[in-house]
Amino acid sequence: MASMLLTSLRSSPLTSVQAAQFAARSLSTSVHLQAQAKSKKTLAKPGVKNIVLVDGVRTPFLQSGTTYADLMPHDLARAALQGLLNRTGLPKDAVDYIVYGTVIQEVKTSNVAREAALGAGFSDKTPAHTVTMACISSNQAMTTAVGLIAAGQCDAVVAGGVEFMSDVPIRHSRKMRKTMLSLNKAKTLGARLSLLGSIRLAHLSPELPAVAEFSTAETMGHSADRLAAAFGVSRLEQDEFALRSHTLAKKAQDGGMLSDVISFKVPGRDIVSKDNGIRPATMEQLAKLKPAFIKPHGTVTAANSSFLTDGASAVLIMSEEKALAMGYKPKAYLRDFVYVSQDPKDQLLLGPTYATPKVLEKSGLTLNDIDVFEFHEAFAGQIMANLKAMESDWFAQTYMGRKTKVGAPPMEKFNTWGGSLSLGHPFAATGCRLVTTVAHRLQKEGGQYGLVAACAAGGQGHAMVIEAYPQ
Amino acid sequence: MAGVRALGSLSRLTTRRYNLTMFPGVTRRTFRVAACMMEMIKQTEHLCVCVSRTHVNYEIKGDVAVIRMNDPSARVNTLSVQMQREMTEVMDEVWGNSAVQSVVLISSKPGSFIAGADLNMIQACTTAEEVTLLSQEGQKMFEKIEKSPKPIVAAINGSCLGGGLEFAIACQYRIATKSKKTVLGCPEVMLGLLPGAGGTQRLPKMLGLPSAFDMVLTGRSIRPDKAKKMGLVHQLVDTLGPGLKSPEERTIEYLEEVAVEAARGLAKKQIPLTKEKGLMQKIQDHVMSYPFVRQQIYNTVQKKVMKQTKGLYPAPLKIIECVKAGLEQGPTAGYLAESQNFGKLAMTPESKALIGLYHGQVTCKKNRFGTPEKEVKALAVLGAGLMGAGIAQVSVDKGIHTILKDTTLEGLSRGEQQVYKGLNDKTKKKSITTFERDSFLSNLTGQLDYNGFNKADMVIEAVFEDLSIKHKVLKEVEAVIPPHCIFATNTSALPIKDIAAVSKRPEKVIGMHYFSPVDKMQLLEIITTDKTSKDTTASAVAVGLKQGKVIIVVGDGPGFYTTRCLAPMLAEAVRVLQEGVDPKKLDSLTTGFGFPVGAATLADEVGIDVAAHVAEDLGKAFGSRFGGGNIEFLKSMVDKGFKGRKSGKGCYIYQPGLKRRDVNTEALEILESYKLTPNAAISSDSDIQYRLVSRFVNEAVLCLQEGILANPVEGDIGAVFGLGFPPCLGGPFRFVDSFGADKLVEKMRKFEEVFGNQFTPCQLLLDHAKDPSKKFHK
Repeated sequence: MASMLLTSLRSSPLTSVQAAQFAARSLSTSVHLQAQAKSKKTLAKPGVKNIVLVDGVRTPFLQSGTTYADLMPHDLARAALQGLLNRTGLPKDAVDYIVYGTVIQEVKTSNVAREAALGAGFSDKTPAHTVTMACISSNQAMTTAVGLIAAGQCDAVVAGGVEFMSDVPIRHSRKMRKTMLSLNKAKTLGARLSLLGSIRLAHLSPELPAVAEFSTAETMGHSADRLAAAFGVSRLEQDEFALRSHTLAKKAQDGGMLSDVISFKVPGRDIVSKDNGIRPATMEQLAKLKPAFIKPHGTVTAANSSFLTDGASAVLIMSEEKALAMGYKPKAYLRDFVYVSQDPKDQLLLGPTYATPKVLEKSGLTLNDIDVFEFHEAFAGQIMANLKAMESDWFAQTYMGRKTKVGAPPMEKFNTWGGSLSLGHPFAATGCRLVTTVAHRLQKEGGQYGLVAACAAGGQGHAMVIEAYPQ
Repeated sequence: MAGVRALGSLSRLTTRRYNLTMFPGVTRRTFRVAACMMEMIKQTEHLCVCVSRTHVNYEIKGDVAVIRMNDPSARVNTLSVQMQREMTEVMDEVWGNSAVQSVVLISSKPGSFIAGADLNMIQACTTAEEVTLLSQEGQKMFEKIEKSPKPIVAAINGSCLGGGLEFAIACQYRIATKSKKTVLGCPEVMLGLLPGAGGTQRLPKMLGLPSAFDMVLTGRSIRPDKAKKMGLVHQLVDTLGPGLKSPEERTIEYLEEVAVEAARGLAKKQIPLTKEKGLMQKIQDHVMSYPFVRQQIYNTVQKKVMKQTKGLYPAPLKIIECVKAGLEQGPTAGYLAESQNFGKLAMTPESKALIGLYHGQVTCKKNRFGTPEKEVKALAVLGAGLMGAGIAQVSVDKGIHTILKDTTLEGLSRGEQQVYKGLNDKTKKKSITTFERDSFLSNLTGQLDYNGFNKADMVIEAVFEDLSIKHKVLKEVEAVIPPHCIFATNTSALPIKDIAAVSKRPEKVIGMHYFSPVDKMQLLEIITTDKTSKDTTASAVAVGLKQGKVIIVVGDGPGFYTTRCLAPMLAEAVRVLQEGVDPKKLDSLTTGFGFPVGAATLADEVGIDVAAHVAEDLGKAFGSRFGGGNIEFLKSMVDKGFKGRKSGKGCYIYQPGLKRRDVNTEALEILESYKLTPNAAISSDSDIQYRLVSRFVNEAVLCLQEGILANPVEGDIGAVFGLGFPPCLGGPFRFVDSFGADKLVEKMRKFEEVFGNQFTPCQLLLDHAKDPSKKFHK
């Protein structure tokens, strides 16, 4: 994921591109799945608690280095948590537990969940912990909450995630750190001077956060480019998908669909109330960009990759009983979920392909039953590769040990309000955005089941089935 | 015992030195010779009626012709007669087709672009002139490629060696995959040849003199990243993972797609053919433009080659000559020198010996005992000493779960550290990543008890070389292992049947003699008794092959094959010392004959105590034939603590951090008291060399006569890869063939008169001497 650091640096050529052209090219965006007949069965299981999403919010997702630049991660998290309190009118002491996700850790606030909760005015009697699982960190936060409620330990849990890429920990080199630590222990002036004298120029070169998968030393963008090539995804297909994402996001933003976004008064700056990475361009403009990772023949560019983003999200998850008792009208049921993992080298970003059939099987559903799909768009090439993999019997049989393919989601149900490519991808905040978006789309479009799927660094993946709450 | 194993250590040096001479420790690939082009001969003659093409076909993609090579009858592509004829036809069609603007050359075989030419082709020639002609035909063909009006892109995936590389560098542009199988190189020198189809002429121009010399003189394989840096290839393509087709298939397709784009770019002049040179490159070029600088380089390289080869290998010298001719006298002279020297080299005994070793090595990389019933997945190694840990290291990195057991925590800790260090050093050389190192190490379990032995498929013991200890261990192990588990014993001299005597299941007992250091030495000597079952042997060979070893399988007996050959030579070396020859002189005599390590140094490496121990044991077994030097001298050395390198003193004095070694004068004093008077008639430098070598060779032939050895090929491989027998001679059996058994017998008879039965030629050698038509190698 850190590879996107590069991506964002290169994404500047697009800034001038304005929304004007968004209508020029509409890639089957019209989605009008009008309220389907409520004939589908509910996924409630006897003896298993119904767990509901009461509501979800997020701060606007901003390109890193913009308006949020001077904040700290917990500031963003605080904004999301406070926004959730405002939106739901939840009494602060009604929350039993808080779980928060983050990927790049600010060392000063390593349990960012606790710092943000305290700062957001939650009761100091409410415990909070932080989880990390790359791009599916807040999915992990939500499923942790589901687990706590299902096990009868809690009734109301706040889950969320924050990522702040405007500032990342850059460390001294290992040699320098070692010298500095020894310096702490050195007792005499002589010992200190000799340690200081041992510092060489090389000690001073800083250590940037890993820009690569630890196990393979490959950056994610590089892996995505190889994945796209493996599935024969062309540059044109990727650019078209990226454009689709931006076009749909723009339409959703203008149409007021992104109601999970809360306004945030940034200290010293203006109130922010909109995502700022949505930039529909023309295919010609996209085609001009040079490949960002594999040169000269690669296909992944800054424009068809998700950009480095600052942002935070939060959701309120409760047992259905508790929610109803407190007078809430829940938005959706959180049903079955799975985590999967594969080869971190050649299948790094294929999580959705592996997770989708598994979670559908668990729920007893087929792809046709799903009304709303929200997949995390790390790279356009990654999404296209996943769609092709899901559509391939050969892949299912050879690599997944399945008899047949699961099938690719129909595009008219797929990420119709934009996705990570256009809205932005603050790593640990994306999961809650996906789930909240599914709930909102189910309400708007009248479907019954939604599916969330995402890939993550380390070759991991996640999927969850969400059921609309009866209206 | 650890000592006798150190026999191997001599070859540590061997491996290094081979860099310039021949088989580098890691030649695992099957390269075919470069020289190859020879077959091009026929291309002009058009003798054959045009049949449908089977090896080369092409497809026109828009304005690009994609030429695909695939030899249906072999695992790798070679520049065979057929391949070349079809290639010529196709090239002519492509050149003649006005719709085609550019060309992509690619192989449809995963893992092989062109691995060179078939060695048998050169071997079929009887005169230097024939071979020269082959070379010239190749040169002409590649000249046409080089001058092609339509740019040709070589799309390389897999081995691109010898003639294959010469083909590629004649093309205008090269794209290579980053696959682990993609290697580029000129291995001809390792076969006593030179790149005979323009390699010595194009490479210096392309890479600059130093890089070109390095590549052509060492024959080492160059990995894609390095090739890109050197300027040997223009562009790299990543390997792909699973997609809608198998990774191998899709990677080749992807390479083709990228190459086609590049070819179009070249034809439209969007991609420049000449790269802007970097500052360093410009400086280097400028410096090289002075003739005296080039002269200096030739001299330095020549000196280095002479130092490393002792002038025993003609190929590197001829290569320098060709490069020099090309740069100093122009291309015509250069190409002529190349083809003529190529012809000359092909006829040298050195080249024949090296080619023989190459074939032998290929043979010894196959399991002639078939596939074992059960694959060994769980291995247990007893004893975490130098050998045990080495065996564990070469097993864990091949994915074999390995238990390393020792009796003390200190021993175990040292052993585990050795494995870690061995793998960690590889990460420093970037041949593996730290992550791979960690995951390899996860296959290793260090312990002090027999826990988990009940799941072992094979146990290799590497405990102290003492029969009673081996017996104790064998019984303990047999009490805990499952019935199918094989018990292998790593010993260098103890007869396996003696060790197996206490076994309840002797058919599962086998000897596996590794050489130290295990991770560097290529040879594994497997010893079977008459009770060892065929499946047990098959299994041991399979494990050895997995560990990357070259394997000889020999019969049981004191010293088996390798130790038994070495012992008489060392005994003779001791006598030579007693006769007053300085250790340094002895070393230079042996290395001058082609041994990578001198005899005195070898004794120090092996360990004087071990040498004494083995000499005594084998002396008992074989009687006076193994005599020569006085064992008491060795014992006196041991008593003084002069055990060789490990104790800091032996024939030489070893000081940590010091490369220079002085002769141990105290050892010379001991020698004084064992002084023998040399017989002037047989003490010339050459006599001493033949005294040493003839005893080695005679014992080897005797091993074949007695059936310890299955065939002469394994005998040659064992002697060269395990003991450092001069590679330029190709092993003791090829040496007899080329030197002449009669001449050798004649020499031995002369020595026999003075020393008696130690120099009595064995019957098989006498048979060969009597009938010159008898040869060990056909």
